[in-house]
Order: sequence, then C-alpha cells, then structure tokens
Amino acid sequence: MPLKPRLFILTLVAVMSLASAALGERGTDGQLKMLYWQAPSILNPFLSGGTKDIHAASLVLEPLARYDEHGTMVPALAAEIPTVENGGVSADLLSVTWRLRDDVEWSDGSPFTAADVAFTAAYCMDPEGACSAASRFQDVTAVEAVDSHTVRITFQVATPFPYVPFVGSVSPVIQEKQFAACTGARAPECTEQNFGPVGTGPFKVQEFRPNDIVLYEMNDRYRDSDQPAFSSVLLKGGGDAVSAARAVLETGEFDYAWNLQVEPEILAAMAAAGRGEVVSAFGSMVERLVVQLTNPDPALGDKRATYQDGANPHPFLSDAAVRRALSMAIDREILVDAGYGPAGRMACSVLPAPAIYASTANDWCMAQDIAGANKLLDDAGWVRGADGIRVKDGVRLSILYQTSTNSVRQGTQALIKQMWREIGVETELKNINASVFFGGDPSSPDTYQKFYADIQMYTSNFDGTDPQNYLQGWICDEIPGPENQWLGQNIPRYCDAAYDDLARSLSKTAGIEERAAMARTMNDRLVGYGALIPLVHRGEVAARTLSLGGVRHNAWDATVWNIQAWHRLK
Amino acid sequence: MLRYAARRLLFSIPTLLVISFIVFALLDLAPNDPTAQLPLTIPPETRQTIRESLGLGQPFHVRYFRWLTQFMAHEPLNLAERMWGVEIGNSAGRLRVRSWSTRAPVVDLIAARLPQTLTVVGVSYLVAVLIAVPVGVFSAYRQYSVFDHIGTFVTTVGFSVPTFFTGTVLIVVFSVTLGWLPSIYDTTHRVTDFGSFVYQVRQMVMPVMVLGLFNAAQLSRFTRSAVLDNLNQEYVRTARAKGLTEPVVILVHVLRNSLIPVVTVIALGLPSTFAGAIITEQIFRINGVGQLLIGAIESADIPTVQTVTFIFAVLIVVFNLLADLLYGVLDPRIRYD
Repeated sequence: MPLKPRLFILTLVAVMSLASAALGERGTDGQLKMLYWQAPSILNPFLSGGTKDIHAASLVLEPLARYDEHGTMVPALAAEIPTVENGGVSADLLSVTWRLRDDVEWSDGSPFTAADVAFTAAYCMDPEGACSAASRFQDVTAVEAVDSHTVRITFQVATPFPYVPFVGSVSPVIQEKQFAACTGARAPECTEQNFGPVGTGPFKVQEFRPNDIVLYEMNDRYRDSDQPAFSSVLLKGGGDAVSAARAVLETGEFDYAWNLQVEPEILAAMAAAGRGEVVSAFGSMVERLVVQLTNPDPALGDKRATYQDGANPHPFLSDAAVRRALSMAIDREILVDAGYGPAGRMACSVLPAPAIYASTANDWCMAQDIAGANKLLDDAGWVRGADGIRVKDGVRLSILYQTSTNSVRQGTQALIKQMWREIGVETELKNINASVFFGGDPSSPDTYQKFYADIQMYTSNFDGTDPQNYLQGWICDEIPGPENQWLGQNIPRYCDAAYDDLARSLSKTAGIEERAAMARTMNDRLVGYGALIPLVHRGEVAARTLSLGGVRHNAWDATVWNIQAWHRLK
Repeated sequence: MLRYAARRLLFSIPTLLVISFIVFALLDLAPNDPTAQLPLTIPPETRQTIRESLGLGQPFHVRYFRWLTQFMAHEPLNLAERMWGVEIGNSAGRLRVRSWSTRAPVVDLIAARLPQTLTVVGVSYLVAVLIAVPVGVFSAYRQYSVFDHIGTFVTTVGFSVPTFFTGTVLIVVFSVTLGWLPSIYDTTHRVTDFGSFVYQVRQMVMPVMVLGLFNAAQLSRFTRSAVLDNLNQEYVRTARAKGLTEPVVILVHVLRNSLIPVVTVIALGLPSTFAGAIITEQIFRINGVGQLLIGAIESADIPTVQTVTFIFAVLIVVFNLLADLLYGVLDPRIRYD
C-alpha cells in the first residue's frame, strides 16, 4: 500500500522532533566505567544489605518508587505515587494500593505483573530467608495482587507513611519466575540467581565476579526506547578510596568513583588536575557523640551500663551542665575542615534533612564557647584540681571516649580531646575495629550497643526520607541490656516519658506538616537534653569525569538511581 | 626415596588436621561479626536473623566438623565430578563451604581468582628468578666490584622498601605523570590478537616489576652467597687447572652446584604465587586470591578466610615435601633411605 505523501511527511516530522527531544538513542555512548573500591559481593540485595551491593543491583532491579536527589518520591515501576487524595492510600491508613506501569517487561521478555511484587514480599517476609530488608515489611500483614497490574499492601496498624516496602533501591522487586525455587532456607544456595538477577532496569548482568567486577549490558527491553545512553557498564571493585579518586580525577581511566572518604586536602589536590569533579550529596547521615547516661563502671558486674529503671545513673554525665559544656566546647568548624571538607557541614541536630524536618533550636552549638562552658561547669560546682581537671564530690571529669578505627575518626578524637582539656575535662581515647564495634556479638565487651565507655562516636542515619522509625529508636523500650541481648537501638539509654508520648503520636499522625513539627520537637528534646551531641552532617562523596553527563548525585537513594539518563557529553 | 615420600605424606595428614583445627578455632574465637559492615539502618533484630541463618547459633564442635567434612569430603568429590563428568552419590544434596558475603561456594571463588593471581604473581616470580640468578652469579664472580656494590645496594633497597610504596611511586610516575601505563588491572581483558596482547603486557608491567624486584632482591643475595661458597672450593681450582675456559667453569661446574640450595628456596617460595600478593593485588586492583583473602577478613567472611588459609597451609606442606625430594634429586650425595 503506497504511503500518502502528507501522512508520510507528518510522520517524518514527528519522528524527527521526538529524536531531537530525547537527546540521543539507546546505547550510542559506549562503555561507562565505574569504580567502587568496596566491591559488590552479591547482586541480590535481600541477601546482603550492604550499600555497595544495593547500588550494584539497582542497575538491574527496580523498586515501585524511588527518591530523587531532593528526597522527593518518583514512581519507577508504579504508574503513580498512591496518596489518600488519589485513593491509593485507604482513609484508615491500613492499606496502600499501588498501580503498576503496564509497559514494563523483564529483561528475559516475560511481562512484569503484580504477582512478581507479591512474590517479592513473600520472599522477603519468609522467616527462614533472613532477608536484610525484612524490617521494611514488619507491620505488613498481606501483599496481594488485586489484578495483573494492581498491588495492595495491608498493614496491621495505621501507617501514616506507607512508602516503606518497595520504595527505594533497598527493597526492589525480583522476578517470581526466576526466584520461585529460592525461597526460605534455599535462598543462599541459588548462586546463579543471586549473581545474575533478571530485572526491569536499564541494564542487565552480563558477567559477575564477586568482589571484583560486574559487567552489565544495556537492556533492550527497557521501557524508555531512548535509554540508556551507554551500551555497557563496567563496575570495577577493589583497592582503596584514594587510588579510586586518582583513577577518575588524575589518570582519567574511570568515569565515576563512589564513596571517596579521603582527606579533603588530598581530594582538592587531585581535583586540581582538571579532569574530573568531586560531587557530594547530603542525606541524613550525622556523625555524633553518644553520651552514656548509665554507669559503665566495671565494678558493677552485670549491671554495668544497664538502665535499671533509672537507678544506675552515670556518675557525672547525668549532670545536664556537664553534657551541655561538652557540646559547647567543641569547635565543629575545625572538625569539618580537618576531616571532611566538601563531605561535611556543621551539625547541631541529629535530623538535618530533609529540610522540613531540620530544626534550628540547638544552633547555639555552631559557635565554640569555651568561656561559657567553663562558667557553666564552675556554676555547677565542678572545681579544677591541681592538675587542671575538674572534680566534684570526689568524682573526676575523666572520660573514656571510644569509636571505630578510621583515620578521620581518630583525627576528630584528638581534636576533641584537646578542646575538652580547655574546660578541665580529661579524655582517654580508644578505638575499636569496626567489625567488632558495630558487630553485635553479645559476648564482646567492645560493641557500640554495650557501650562500656562514657562517650562514643559514630554515624547513623535513616533510610528514605521518613524519620519515624529512626526517632522511635530512642524510646525507653529500646534501651539495650542483657534482657534483650543488647539489641535495642537506644544507645545513650535515654528515657523520657514525654518523648515516648511524642513517638506514639507520631506513628498515628498523617499530615506531613504535623509530622515534621513533631519530629523537630523530638530532635530538640534529644539534642537539648544532651543524650546525643551532633558533630558533622556528612555527605556522600563521589567523583565524575568531566565528560560524564546526567549524574544527579543522590543521598536519598542509590547514587546510580538515574543511570539510564547518564550520558557522554560531546 | 619412594618410601620416604610415602612416610612424609602420611605424616602430613595429622599435621594438616592440627593446622585445620588451629585455623578454624583462631578465626572462630576472634571477635567478629559478618553483619558489622551493614548500614546501621538495618535494625538489630534483622542482624540477629541474618547471623542465625549463617549458622552462627550452633556450637563450635558442630561447626568445625561440618566445615571439615564439607572441605575434606564434599569439595574433593565435587572436583572429581566436574573433572570426569560423573555423578558420585547425592551430589545435589551435598553441602559446600559457602562464603558469607557472596553466599557462593568458596572453592568456586578461589578457582575464579587463580588465573589472574597465577598470571601476575607467577610471571613476577619467573622474572624474579631470571633477574636474580645472573645478578647473583655475576656479583659473586666479581666480588667487591662496582657491579657487586651496585647490586648489593639495589637488592638491599628492593628488599627493604615495601611494595605498597614502590607500587604507588610507579603509579604516580608512569600512570599519573607520564600516562604510559594503566594503573588499574582489567581482569576482564582477553588476549585475542597482538594488540590485546600488548595491552595485557602493559597492564602487567608495573605489578610484575614491583613484585619481581622484591623477590629478586632476596633470591639474588641467596644465589650470590651460594656461588661464593663454591668458588673457593678445590674442584673449581681443578677445573681451571685442567684448562677449562671461565664460562665453562662458572656456568657448568660452579652454577650447577650453587643452584642446589637456590632451587630449594625457589620451591619453598612457590606456594606464595598461589597465595597471591595481598598488597600488590590491592594496589593495582588485580583481585586475585590475595585480595579475596583480605576482602574476606575485612567483611568477617569467616568460611572464606578459613578455607583460603587452610589451602595455603596444604600448599606449604606439599611444597616443603617437594623441596626436600628435589634436593635429593639434585644432589646425589643426599640419600633419604
């Protein structure tokens, strides 16, 4: 049948305009070379939980929705974000219904349906499977496929923020067809599946060598026919952060390197070569001092560092003046300049972002105030002894300050020790191997949960953009102790009835403004009380070569969240 | 000789069993947690479930004997099955030693990494021998000459400067400043034609030289002293008195006798080529067996550490035996029976 000339011209014009709007075609930009010095070990994020593995898997596996670089939720496999207004979230907040895109195919050609989502939930909720994202499903009672492209998630309690399961790269959707025989205790034995998951994302796994490389090729069935721009991705692992930065910024052998916690002056010198750019993104990570509010004296035996319903207070850190003075004496600007550079900002809140949750109530901490701290301690009756260390009723202000072994942390420790010396506080420093310190071995005395010290320092944050679970970590019931195998999250052993009330109401409040106001109050109570002393708001640092375009560095989701749009700048 | 070898082999079985127990117990007693590397956003209850799924809840002796049977019985059976393509018993139900961080069988991980380790570390060992023997012989022959002094200086420096320093210096000079050589080893590279062979040589130059010089330093000192010992022997004077030319005296008479102890040292050093070179592999991202071991230690992947360490122990025991036997072959004066 001959084509009508007018229709032909119209079609031609339409095609041409489409092509120019999309800025290019699929697979025209060759290979993208990424360097992750912490190499991925497995591509099934549910069996690892490690950030590097989640990033590596996110090129292939996608969630229903993800977060953009501002922390805003954007649909991925879902057609839209369900809300109470559009009827996606039920009025009683007990269920959420996701409508899925109907133009998605798995990279093996089979259609993506609601059954895959329901299967993923069953896979991760299987108690024998030891899924690392299990906590995201903790209040979920059922995940059902209503029809082929609609999924309903039911919660056992009213959930004002239901965007936890299947949101963000931590909890993506896996293919039922591929993993059907890999549930429960058999999950770890499916090496082939765990090393090469079939996904819906812009790339598919071509070759995976654990802890070495992942080679991806573009997924021809990706839903956007113009993407991805790169035809393949090589993700290389191994080495250390400094040489990873060098490979992008100085030799230009790689296009992108992730997690470059490198001394700021080294990074700045490398960036001066002009081949690449250092990018940082700030999420919710805050390096903080945690204050021990119970008595960690070894003489107490089993009662050491346990709460005992308030009957075991710390000999001097239970004094509000001491806690306040310790915070006032710290010059956070020096800590940032010395250890973090572009990867840090001063923090006076443990909830620094998203902006709506950020409180300014404790911003007095931005400026160091040695005189004020000294006066506070003088007024509280802490008198300097002959050696310059303050004493009151026979109790010396002598602090055991521990953290994990890491050169930046040891630098910070040394600086803070010096600052505290100026207010008559003696500090003994201790550092513990990270795998012991953060390891939950109940027989080890050196874990951060046992906290057999006066002050400890580490970074913590929350997943996604909703701080509800994070803030719930400081309620009285979360205090670790022998009765719960030291598994609680309330490390400072902070117990405040008003805080617990706020935590309860937060879990029942739906309006975002009210939730934010509550979260700010909770943060102010925690920090104002001095249970936590925030130090540095930490960013994630990466480096990209100047010819790599489309990178929107993201701290709320995997940094490669929009890799389908990355391209080579001409 | 055969009886001696058989006796030594039998005796190595209890040795290896003791080693396996010590390796397992040491790593097990060390405070370590495979979930320590996970982000703090994963709550403690989930970590506990993960630890239990890795079998950490069980008593020590149960885990030790399970690991021992998996490694001593199941893995050799699997290997036999794969080599001869037969099925022995219930092969699907046989549990294998699995790594905690990758969940894959440890033996497969090692097998995947051996090629790059053997290529780089093996070639570097060869380079070391090729440099060390001539340098050692010539320094001994011209003892206290300028060449000997320079050789002594270079080898002392080569032996005392650590590879993490020489490696980084080479990268800064040849990759960053001059841009001649790649600083990162591409493990996916395949040699298919001349161009890809040239690239393979270019990416191997730096790691091979770093390791080769380090090993050569040690070996050449050893060769030098062995040659010196022989040069003063009476048979050398006899050879010269017979009117033999200097090359024949040195290369035929002296070298052969001097090489006996050197060969033993080389044989004893061979297990290290399988073990890889932890630091050099890390610097150039060669990701061989050494990097597997250090990565497993960092992520508290205990089964991998135990298995890799134990395989090294086996190799060392085997090469010790080989060195002893080789000694007997090279030196007819030595008899074991």
